[in-house]
Amino acid sequence: MSLKKDLISIKDLTKSDIYSFIETAKEFKKISLKDIKKVPTLRGKTVINLFYEPSTRTRSSFEIAQKRLSADSLNIAISQSSVTKGETLKDTILNLESMKPDAFVIRHHESGAPYFISKITKASVINAGDGINEHPTQTLLDIMTVMEEKKDISSLKVAIIGDISHSRVARSDIFGLSMLGADIYIYGPYSLLPVTGFKDIPNVRIAKGFKEAVKNADVIIMLRIQKERAGYHFIPSIEEYRNFFKLTPELLSLASKGVMVLHPGPVNRDVEISGSIINRDKTFIFKQVENGIAVRMACLYMLLGVQKSLEPDI
Amino acid sequence: MKRLIIKNGIVADPLSRTEVKRDICIEDGIIRGAGNGTGDFKKSRSADIKIINADGLYVLPGLIDMHVHLREPGYEYKETIKSGMEAAVSGGFTSICCMPNTNPPNDSASVNNYIINKSKEAGLINLFPIGAISRGLKGENLSDIGELKESGAVAISDDGNPVSDTSLLARAMLYAKTFGLPVISHSEDLSLRGKGVMNEGFTSQALGVAGIPSIAEEIAIERDIGLAKYYGAKLHIAHVSTAGSVDVIRRAKKEGVDVTCETCPHYFTLTEESLLNYNTNAKINPPLRTGRDILAVKEGLVDRTIDVIASDHAPHSEDEKDTTLDNAPFGIIGLQTLLPLTFKLYAEKRLFLHDIARLVSQNPARILNLSGRGGIKEGYAGDITIVDVRKKWKFSENKIKSLSKNSPFIGMDFTGIAVYVIVSGNVISAN
Amino acid sequence: MEEVLLFDNFATKEILLGLTDDILREPLDFNNVSIIGIKEGGVPIAGFIRDEIKKKFGILCETGFIDMTLYRDDPFNVKKSVGSTELSFDVNGKIVILVDDVIMSGRTVRAAIDQIFDFGRPQSIKLAVFIDKGGRELPICPDFTGKKVRAAKKEIIYVNIEGKEKSVKKVIKK
Repeated sequence: MSLKKDLISIKDLTKSDIYSFIETAKEFKKISLKDIKKVPTLRGKTVINLFYEPSTRTRSSFEIAQKRLSADSLNIAISQSSVTKGETLKDTILNLESMKPDAFVIRHHESGAPYFISKITKASVINAGDGINEHPTQTLLDIMTVMEEKKDISSLKVAIIGDISHSRVARSDIFGLSMLGADIYIYGPYSLLPVTGFKDIPNVRIAKGFKEAVKNADVIIMLRIQKERAGYHFIPSIEEYRNFFKLTPELLSLASKGVMVLHPGPVNRDVEISGSIINRDKTFIFKQVENGIAVRMACLYMLLGVQKSLEPDI
Repeated sequence: MKRLIIKNGIVADPLSRTEVKRDICIEDGIIRGAGNGTGDFKKSRSADIKIINADGLYVLPGLIDMHVHLREPGYEYKETIKSGMEAAVSGGFTSICCMPNTNPPNDSASVNNYIINKSKEAGLINLFPIGAISRGLKGENLSDIGELKESGAVAISDDGNPVSDTSLLARAMLYAKTFGLPVISHSEDLSLRGKGVMNEGFTSQALGVAGIPSIAEEIAIERDIGLAKYYGAKLHIAHVSTAGSVDVIRRAKKEGVDVTCETCPHYFTLTEESLLNYNTNAKINPPLRTGRDILAVKEGLVDRTIDVIASDHAPHSEDEKDTTLDNAPFGIIGLQTLLPLTFKLYAEKRLFLHDIARLVSQNPARILNLSGRGGIKEGYAGDITIVDVRKKWKFSENKIKSLSKNSPFIGMDFTGIAVYVIVSGNVISAN
Repeated sequence: MEEVLLFDNFATKEILLGLTDDILREPLDFNNVSIIGIKEGGVPIAGFIRDEIKKKFGILCETGFIDMTLYRDDPFNVKKSVGSTELSFDVNGKIVILVDDVIMSGRTVRAAIDQIFDFGRPQSIKLAVFIDKGGRELPICPDFTGKKVRAAKKEIIYVNIEGKEKSVKKVIKK
């Protein structure tokens, strides 16, 4: 295994790393199904959740993962922290570092913040979403959710629809799924697609239309559109987005029979996806949330394991 | 079955680049065949056959004016959709495209539908609306471009209001690319135009009025082409008027940028000197330039740097133009003068008639994705313009079909005129 | 590295039968007995015991397997991948026979007991081990022992009872 102490980018992982995260997560998923949803594995480990951006799902998912592993977790909401008094990111981390944490879970609005932090701390750093860069645990849980239904990722057609330019989920998913050999079709308004295209990533292409993207797709990943995008000329309006880039039951009917619809949440119902689709069993949005806990438990366990192995033997 | 046979005309076909005498058959509005005699067409018996004898006339694919300002809704006293269409018929056009600077501007499906319905009521020729790039033509937010396309817009443009915000134009190009919709740019640096009313040069100096420098157009075209090149988007540049602009576009095309452009007849006919005597009927934007620019535009037409001739038909009422040069609005009418002014280039032997068919029919159709138009070919729409290139006539005020008479060409002698306009097989007398 | 064969095929089988015999002779309510093998070594032994109980009393005891990695006092030191725990039955009120191949420090058994308690509250837990290597670090004592073998901490005992050729080997790391 090529694992490092940190999980910053899907690109740092190999195929077998991804599979071993998923295999481990499968076991951790069972813990959440027991009466006593807890194992003592991370007893005495301290994990700091440092969220510079609001988040409900990811933060609670990480926090539950920590609690189910018996780790002591500390949540720092930036609005109440010394950051509001002008402390730099570096100083914040160095101060927290003195409290001897074993891991940081970082959500930051600036791309590359977790990488920066990993350079100045001995603790493990887990990227819980940085700017428009990456969201690796989301990708692991997406892959886990797909693997529960489909055996061989490399035979799948995956459509990723929406605001690709600003989506860390899309970027991590593209890297991860491409590595596992899936055929990836991207669709969205060109104003929300990277100008460079995807020529540097295998098996990724930009579809000419929504229909081409979803036709015979085995997995459709819908992305959240942020309402602010209209204000910066990326799209004309939310109404227009709804008219042309929403996944409707008609479009969904073009996909393969056992199609899975994923969405990282939070969902704008009837903006990027018809509410009626969410209400049906083709969506795995809630499965994704369930698997999120297991994947994050696996990440904490495996990364702290690596960190331990890096310590000098006394 | 309804059948129309055009006999004995010389067909100027931009697709084959030939001018050959042959007959054309239009069945139920669609071109069904073209042969040497009428023999082929006589085989099937039909109740309704109409024959036009085009002996001595040229037969062109239906002409398309891709740059017209109809003033409806909002300014019906200048022009209505119906009056504009009547002027277009007289000018030889089977299709026109109207710019969105109406009131309200055409930035939504509702205005678009209104315009299309009005044109169907008039029922003369085809009308293809051009939607707004920005909401309200304000240059701030994108209009609902997908909705415009879906309701029938063939391009987007903020013509008249150049898009100053570079990121807005860039994203408009990208967003419109999603829908395969071309962006038509009125390329002009507004800060350089300032309060200018005519070309900056000796004449503006002589008249003592503020000038519009040619660089205001060229610098904006450079920017817009730069964007199209960087983003791999399709761009059409409206009303090219300067030698520098032609150079910039020629270079870009050589580099392989997906750019097309148009000019208007006045830019290869008149110079800034038309504004001496403070003639407001020659006040137009971009302004009339110099003799050197006229030559460059003509060269651009010949070497195919310029793809399209359009009229930029911009009606304004007599009262609006009957004022000082500073006060008068920009714009002249042009639907009825485009063809005779373009025939001057034919007379000068710079263009063949099939070149004119390319510039005023084939290329506009190609740029705007009007499939099945812009050529004389089996299966194409039965849109035909029949012209008499020898007919001499004077462009007098009483010949103007527009509600507005703001033309600098009134009183001019022309050679050549449209005789028939055929739209989906229906024959309309043009003149 | 040096490898010593401790018990050959025949002797290994004898030990296995002896261990099972001890269990069968115990006055237990076999209708209420469940067998849990500790992964990986305890799995085939647990299966063997289940089969013998079935032969003698006609009772098929519920059998499960646990991987106690997450309950270790040193969870990261031994291996990084977490094995699968398969306990599909309710352990509440059961007499659990916990089975492992080799006991030494007793730490594994401690972790396994903790893990079972997270699944419920058995009436009692009996410990059956195939080889007792000695060297206990915790106060834990098997109820049923196949064979006691003297070995140092460094010396690893490999038990192979699957397949036709069964054996117990001692590997001495040098």
